[in-house]
Amino acid sequence: MLLTFIIEIFFLLGSIGFIWGLRLMSSPDTARKGNIYAGVGMTLAIIAALIMPLDGNVPNNYIWIFAALIVGTIIGYYSAIKVAMTSMPQMVSIFNGLGGACAVVLGLADVLHYYDGTKVVDTLGFFTVLLTLFIGGVAFTGSIFAYAKLEDLVDDKKVTLPKHSVINMVMLAGLIGLGAYILMQGEAIGMEAAIIFLVISLIYGVSFVAPIGGADMPVVISLLNSFSGLSGAAAGILFDSQFMVVGGILVGASGTILTVMMCNAMNRSIWNVLIGGFGGTSAIGATATGGTVKEISLNDASIQLYYSQSVIIVPGYGLAVAQAQKICKEIDDQLSANGVDVKYAIHPVAGRMPGHMNVLLAEADVPYPKLLDLDEANSALSSADVAIIVGANDVVNPAAENDPGSPIYGMPVLKVWNAKSVIVLKRSMRSGYAGIENPLFFHERTKMLFGDAKDVLSKLNSEIKSL
Amino acid sequence: MENFYGFFLDNLLIIYLLAFTVLLGFEIIAKVPTVLHTPLMSGSNAISGVVVIGAILLVRLTEPTDYLTLSLGFAGIVLGMINAAGGFVVTDRMLEMFKKKKK
Repeated sequence: MLLTFIIEIFFLLGSIGFIWGLRLMSSPDTARKGNIYAGVGMTLAIIAALIMPLDGNVPNNYIWIFAALIVGTIIGYYSAIKVAMTSMPQMVSIFNGLGGACAVVLGLADVLHYYDGTKVVDTLGFFTVLLTLFIGGVAFTGSIFAYAKLEDLVDDKKVTLPKHSVINMVMLAGLIGLGAYILMQGEAIGMEAAIIFLVISLIYGVSFVAPIGGADMPVVISLLNSFSGLSGAAAGILFDSQFMVVGGILVGASGTILTVMMCNAMNRSIWNVLIGGFGGTSAIGATATGGTVKEISLNDASIQLYYSQSVIIVPGYGLAVAQAQKICKEIDDQLSANGVDVKYAIHPVAGRMPGHMNVLLAEADVPYPKLLDLDEANSALSSADVAIIVGANDVVNPAAENDPGSPIYGMPVLKVWNAKSVIVLKRSMRSGYAGIENPLFFHERTKMLFGDAKDVLSKLNSEIKSL
Repeated sequence: MENFYGFFLDNLLIIYLLAFTVLLGFEIIAKVPTVLHTPLMSGSNAISGVVVIGAILLVRLTEPTDYLTLSLGFAGIVLGMINAAGGFVVTDRMLEMFKKKKK
């Protein structure tokens, strides 16, 4: 009795640790503590699961358990220590996939025991089993495929079949039909049907991620994050564990909110992201602007930056690809030393997962109060002297504001053209990820600085140094 | 349908728990600033490692001769634990970079 009491207290404290931990994530000052609370919560729950009294014959098999815990911890720890911050989206994808795979394993064990008669499950219980297999399966293969996409191991265009959305719909309808059939037939149809259900779920995971790519990756990662949480919650119902349900639901909620935020940041509905691949259908319709492009010399640019009151840097993923965050920070330091107010304007979809650019800049020691979100940035931009754009394109496209014909019309963008002058660092005049022409480059206040981001920034840095 | 009513009434507490956790989750997470969205995601990712609890219980209840289930459970624990341990460690690494710089 006492033991059961202590165990349940552990689970309760574990759940509180999760909730309190996530709450502390609301400020960068307390977030680290919050993560530790959540980690302690998880540890308490694992201890409780190891010693909790269970009904019936309990062989325990502790050797298997401890071996697995140690192997998992070591692999997890080393991959977490080694990963580069630019690869965070890949890392999170893999972890999402593993969580989903774990849920699949749990569902599969229940399937085995249901059909060999060692476990009695009612219809609703078996519905939960199927749900675990489906959500876990989609999270598993979908995340692994998303990882492959992020690593450029697959070509988005080659994996998109004609009528892909129809194929996905058919598969989904088939899953619902097959699931209903399995539930109605009960034990009569045997285990094969449930295995087929799992296999289709796994294929569906790949197929649903396949046509989505490029600028939509942050949405996919958020969505899969939500799935991995929900699969944990479903498995929690199987094991009658409130703790697992609470943890899983919290993750599900977090993933869902981030998904919605990412969709809003691109002015697209989740349905639109899931059905149509970006760039494929929407690249047409952009009005060619034309006009003259003005270039600026490195020397002029450095003088302009050095002697202004306020400078706003707009980093895009191009900055991260060029690994130029550190040089960016050096320029920032030099300008700040001269009394220039330097800030960074960060669009929600800059980078390849929600908040990615913030992490990359934090890694380069940029203090977070300098990082402005969309609304803050837009009010700061209207009074800024210079906006300097490094490796961003679609998120600073005025067409989103004033060209109803543009595919990104309505998407919230950074209104850099409100600054007194704009400098755009760009490799060439090639259009951005989405293949959309950007009238900003022809704007009267815009001057271009062509070249590789890292190269140009280093030259700019030494120019400023010599002033 | 009777079955469904019965299920609802028998599991009233867990249904309450589901509803309140969903609302609580939305409420807390909506307050997280954009700056912290990546650590939020990797941290919540670690929390989705709760599945490891289920895997531990599964192995504890498995007959020592049932190697198929034992292997499944073993794999489950390893996968869940990579997710949990790796998630918390990488989140800590990120959040360390966000700490206030002492001047």
